[in-house]
Amino acid sequence: MYSLIASILIDGIAYGLVLFMVSVGLTVTLGLMRFVNLAHGTFAMIGGYAAATAITALGLPYGLALICAALAAGAIAYGLEIALIRRLYHRPELDQVLLTIGLVFMGIALSGMMFGNSLVPVRLPEFLRGATDLGFRQVPTQRFVPLVMGLATLIGIWLLFERTRFGIRLRATVDNPRAAGELGINTRRIYAAAFAIGAALAGLGGVAGAELLPVEPYYPLKYLVLFLAVVAVGGPGNMLGSFVAALLLGIVETAGKYLAPDFATIALYALMLLVLSWRPEGLFRRTSKT
Amino acid sequence: MTNLHRSIGAAAVIPLAAVALALIFPNQQAFLAQIAITALVVLSLDLVVGFAGLATLGHAAMYGAGAYGAALYALHVWAEPLTGLIVGGLAGATIAFLSALMLMRAHGLTFLMMTVAITQILYEIVNKSRAVTGGDDGLYGIVMQPLLGVFEFDFYGRLAFWYAAVVLWLVFLLLRHIVASPFGLTARAVRDDGDRVATLGGNIFGHRVALYTLSGAIAGLAGALSAQTVQVVGLHSLSVTFSADILVMLVMGGAGRLWGGLLGALVFMMIHHYAAEIDPVRWMLFVGAILVVIVLFLPKGLFGGLEALVNRLRGRAPA
Repeated sequence: MYSLIASILIDGIAYGLVLFMVSVGLTVTLGLMRFVNLAHGTFAMIGGYAAATAITALGLPYGLALICAALAAGAIAYGLEIALIRRLYHRPELDQVLLTIGLVFMGIALSGMMFGNSLVPVRLPEFLRGATDLGFRQVPTQRFVPLVMGLATLIGIWLLFERTRFGIRLRATVDNPRAAGELGINTRRIYAAAFAIGAALAGLGGVAGAELLPVEPYYPLKYLVLFLAVVAVGGPGNMLGSFVAALLLGIVETAGKYLAPDFATIALYALMLLVLSWRPEGLFRRTSKT
Repeated sequence: MTNLHRSIGAAAVIPLAAVALALIFPNQQAFLAQIAITALVVLSLDLVVGFAGLATLGHAAMYGAGAYGAALYALHVWAEPLTGLIVGGLAGATIAFLSALMLMRAHGLTFLMMTVAITQILYEIVNKSRAVTGGDDGLYGIVMQPLLGVFEFDFYGRLAFWYAAVVLWLVFLLLRHIVASPFGLTARAVRDDGDRVATLGGNIFGHRVALYTLSGAIAGLAGALSAQTVQVVGLHSLSVTFSADILVMLVMGGAGRLWGGLLGALVFMMIHHYAAEIDPVRWMLFVGAILVVIVLFLPKGLFGGLEALVNRLRGRAPA
């Protein structure tokens, strides 16, 4: 019994932290920049492919592959922001939804053409394979990857927002773009940078979660709802909210898979539906301070 | 042209187009029936997206409810088509009404997510209720009685096409009427400035529930038509993928205009029919690129673009 609960918690928290890493950029885009981006999962997929390629084709170590993943996802996102997304910040939500669905379709097709339709494994280094003995249970060592990276992301994001000049400028820009612009902040560049950083984090999440959410062309569509659910349930724009929501959804889905595999999906969606009809703004409303 | 002439002219477009299509593609009547059915569900989606301004990825819930409702009715109760059609419409309306009670206070992303959640829950329930719905095998072996007791459903889909085209035509005429009625005008007012309508004493919630239920009833009719003419109902009819497809068609044609939905369904289905068999991956790339291009350069869709072109030509031609 206890070992079942422990299993659910360990797997659920690892899963939740992957969801958090991928979704944290989305909460910034959706909640702060007010851009409905259904293509966010694409960046996680790009990260996964970049890392897999770096390890298998170029023979780079895992750490460098992670950097490749973040750079690839961030750079592509930066290009897309400048070329397309920037034009849609002031357009209706429906247009944003449609453009980004279009990007999802194109991403699926292009990755299918480039990498084939099967799952692409991200090979782990020696020290992450095998199992670690926690005293009461053996845990696959790779389960610690999302754990460490997810917590590092949380702390990093908090420092970036609260303790750096970039964070101050971003908060100023989203709260009042005009005033921020008049004070000499280059709001366009801030938006592009925020978008790229969010995508880079998603890229890292795609690698860290490659075991739980396998990298394949349909990745952006398959897990889209999951990432959006984290943001919607946590309250768009609220990073701590996303963190709690990601853990909650991660644990609920994992528990569902352990206890009643047939009904895990229903349980997840039902939870989401309940939370959203009870609180359409999410569990935690974003206060102006973030 | 007077208003009367205009509306008679508009009413004649669908029958004329149907006859023309039947003459041009004499051996493809089953496919034409598919187009008419798809056009019907795209029309119903336009009520939600175009006239209520709500982006949804869950419209398949109502279409699927209509399809499964009509299929089960035909298999277990009575294989008469017209009552089956009504059963499908009621099934769609019921699902729409129940979900509207949850959905219609939400908007934007929350609304979108909830439509997805409802569709996925329905999908999973149908998938798991193997004994009733056949699970992922779907329901098959649906054999309908003759339409009106006279016309037999044929192997080539001739009756299927005319049956679907007539239902599409009648619904289109009804919707033209509704869209121009106070109810339709209120829908646009709610979309453009809900707060003001509320200040003026309008019941936004009630109005949106009514609109969503109407849309669901029509989607249910389309589902029922599909079940009766294809004689198979599968899980695809309840999927988010199908919801996304019809959204693409609507946007391609032009949301917020009834003609746009019809045109979008026709063009999308035609291209799909001839292109997708070649290479499904390139088809996805194409659909994605189309969406991006339309959002950036043709925000009113093909129909809006055509209309602008015609107006420009007219303006330049000597009066």
